[in-house]
Amino acid sequence: MTKLVEIRDLRVAFDGVPVLHGIDLDVAPGEALGLVGESGCGKSVTWLAALGLLPEKARVSGSVVLEHRTLSNAPRSELEQVRGGRIAMIFQDPSSALNPVIRIGRQICEALRLHRGLSGKPAQAEALRLMDMVGIPDPRRRFNLYPHEFSGGQCQRLMIAMALAGEPDLLIADEPTTALDATIQAQILDLLATLRRETGMATVFISHDLGAVAQVCERVCVMYAGRIVEAGPVAQLFEAPRHPYTRGLFDAIPRMDGPRTRLIPIDGTVPDPRALPAGCAFAPRCARAQVFCRTERPELLPQTDGRLLACAYPVPTAPAVPQRERVSQ
Amino acid sequence: MIRFLSIRLLRAVVTVLAVMTFAFVVLRMSGDPAQVLLGPDVPQNVIDDFRAAWGLDRPLAQQYLSYLGQIVSGDFGISMRDRSPAFELVMERLPATLQLTVPALLLQLCIGIPAGIYAALHRDSLIDRGVILLAVAGFTIPSFVLGLVLVLIFAVTFSMLPSGGFGSVWHGILPTITISIGGIGILARFSRSAMIEVMGQPYIRTASAKGVSWRHVISRHALPNAAVPIVTIVGFMVGSLVAGAVVTETIFSWPGIGRLLIVSVSNRDLAVVQCILLMIAAVMVVSNLIVDLLYGWLDPRLRTQPAH
Ligand SMILES: Nc1ncnc2c1ncn2[C@@H]1O[C@H](COP(=O)(O)OP(=O)(O)O)[C@@H](O)[C@H]1O
Ligand SMILES: [Mg+2]
Repeated sequence: MTKLVEIRDLRVAFDGVPVLHGIDLDVAPGEALGLVGESGCGKSVTWLAALGLLPEKARVSGSVVLEHRTLSNAPRSELEQVRGGRIAMIFQDPSSALNPVIRIGRQICEALRLHRGLSGKPAQAEALRLMDMVGIPDPRRRFNLYPHEFSGGQCQRLMIAMALAGEPDLLIADEPTTALDATIQAQILDLLATLRRETGMATVFISHDLGAVAQVCERVCVMYAGRIVEAGPVAQLFEAPRHPYTRGLFDAIPRMDGPRTRLIPIDGTVPDPRALPAGCAFAPRCARAQVFCRTERPELLPQTDGRLLACAYPVPTAPAVPQRERVSQ
Repeated sequence: MIRFLSIRLLRAVVTVLAVMTFAFVVLRMSGDPAQVLLGPDVPQNVIDDFRAAWGLDRPLAQQYLSYLGQIVSGDFGISMRDRSPAFELVMERLPATLQLTVPALLLQLCIGIPAGIYAALHRDSLIDRGVILLAVAGFTIPSFVLGLVLVLIFAVTFSMLPSGGFGSVWHGILPTITISIGGIGILARFSRSAMIEVMGQPYIRTASAKGVSWRHVISRHALPNAAVPIVTIVGFMVGSLVAGAVVTETIFSWPGIGRLLIVSVSNRDLAVVQCILLMIAAVMVVSNLIVDLLYGWLDPRLRTQPAH
C-alpha cells in the first residue's frame, strides 16, 4: 500500500502535559479514514500538529511525512504550500470559521490565488464553479455576500468549496457536522462522499459519532486519551468491535432503523490529561477491566484478523447475546 | 443603515441639548456674574443695572428660551468681560488647542496601536510585559502629576525645554507628551486585548490552514477584525483629549481653549463658558458619529440584515 501521509510517534504536550502519546497513522491516496473518539481524545490535535497549526506553546515531536516530504520541522513557507494545497482542513463550527469581515467570494479566491495562481476573472469563474459544486444555490448573486448572510450548513459548504480550491490530495474534515442539525448533517456527509468520488482526494473524517464515520469511511481509527486503541476496516469494527471502548461507542449510536433500542452511553468521562490512570487509560470506565489493566498499559498490536488493537481483555469476537436492551413499546 | 444613522443623529442632538441645558442651569445657579465681575464693593444699583443689561434679572426659563433662540440663529452671545462675541474669543484660541491635541492624537494612534498589536503577537514575551507595564503606568499617572514631573526634569533640572508658554515647536513638546501619554497607554492595552481576542478566533486558524502566510494572516485576516473594537476606543479618546487639554493647558500656560475655559468659569463669563462647552459636546458627538460610520464600514454584520 502506498502512503500519502505517514505519521510516526506523534507526541504533543501543552505546558508540559502530554495529550498525544505517540500516534502512528497512515493515510493512503484516495482513502476515506475515520478518526473517532469522545471529545478531548486528541483527534483535532493530531492533525493540527501534523500541519503545524498548534499554538507555539505546544511541544510537538515525532514525524509527519507527506509523500517523501517531511512536514515536521519543515520551514514555514513549505508548510504554507502544503496547507490548503496538499492537505486542506475544515472545522467544526463553520459560522465562526469564515472571516466575518471578508466577502465570501474573496475568501475562496484567496485560496485559488495561493495554490493555483488564479486571480481576476478566471479566479472568480472558478470560485463560482466551486460554490455551485458544493451546492450553493445562485452562486453569482451570493459571491459578494458575507459569511453571516449564510446559514450554518451553507457556511460549511463554503468551507468545503474553499478547501477544494487548492485541489488538495487530502481533506481533513474535523467534526464538520457536529454544529449542524440532523438533516443538514446528512446532506454534508453526502456532499463529502460525492466529492471524494468525483475528485479522488483522500478524506480524514474526524467525529465523535461512530455512526457518521461508518457512513463515509472505509477504515476507522478509534482514539482514546491521546492514543489509538483500535483500528481496522469499518465493516470489521462494526461487526465485531473488540476494544470495550469501541464497543461502547457503537452502543451509543442512535439507530434510525430497526427496533427502538435504548442508547447505552459509556459510564464516566474521558480522563484529564494531567491525571491519566496508571494502566490502560480506559480501565476505570471499562466493565471488562482486570487487575492487569489498572497497572499495565496494553500495546497497540496487529491481530490475526488484520485489525490493530490495544486491549488485554478484548470483547469476544462472537458475542452470544446482543448487548442492546430492547425497549418494549 | 439609514435608520441606524438617523437614530444616532437624533441621539447626538439630544446629547448636545442636554449638555447645553445642564451648563446653562448650573452656571446660573452657582454664582452671580455681577458680583464676580464688578467686585465686592459696588453699590446695589450698579449691580442691578448690570443684571438688567445682560438680561440676568429675567426668570430662568425666559433666559433659557432666548438663549436657545440665539444659538439656533448662530449667535453665541457676548463675553461679559471682553464685550466681544464669545464665538470669536473661542475661535482665537482654537488653533493653539489644535496644535496640542492633533499631534497628541496622532502620537496616540501611531504608538498605542502598533505597541498593543506587537505585544499581542508576542504574548508573554519580555516586550509584551514591558508594554503592559508602561501602558498601565501611562494611564494611571494623572496628567497634572505627569506634567509637573516633566517640567521638573526637562525644564527645571536640565533646562532642555521651556516649562511653559507658547510660540515655538519646543514649547509644544512637553504639553503634547503630557496630554497623549494616558491615551497611548489605554490604546496599547486595548489594541493588545482586541488583537489577542481576534487571534484566538476560529477564522484565523482557517486562514492559516488554507496556506495564508503569517504576515497576511495578521494584516488581511486579523487586523480588519481587531479594528472594530479599536475604533470605538479611539472615539472615546477624542473626548478624553479635550479633558486633557484643560488640565495640560493650565499647567503649561498654553493659550488654548482649555485655559480660556478655566478663566471664564472663574469669571462667570457665561457666554464664553457656554460656547466652549457646546463646542466640546459637539466634538464628542461628531467623533462618536464618525465611529458609528466607521463601524458600519468595518463590520458588515452591522450593515446588512441576515438573509436567512
Ligand atoms: N490549545 C490548547 N491548549 C491546551 N490544551 C489543549 C489545546 N488544544 C487541545 N488541548 C487539549 O488536548 C486534548 C485533546 O484535544 P483535542 O484534540 O481538541 O480533542 P478532540 O478529540 O475532541 O478533537 C484535550 O485534553 C485538550 O484539552
Ligand atoms: Mg476536536
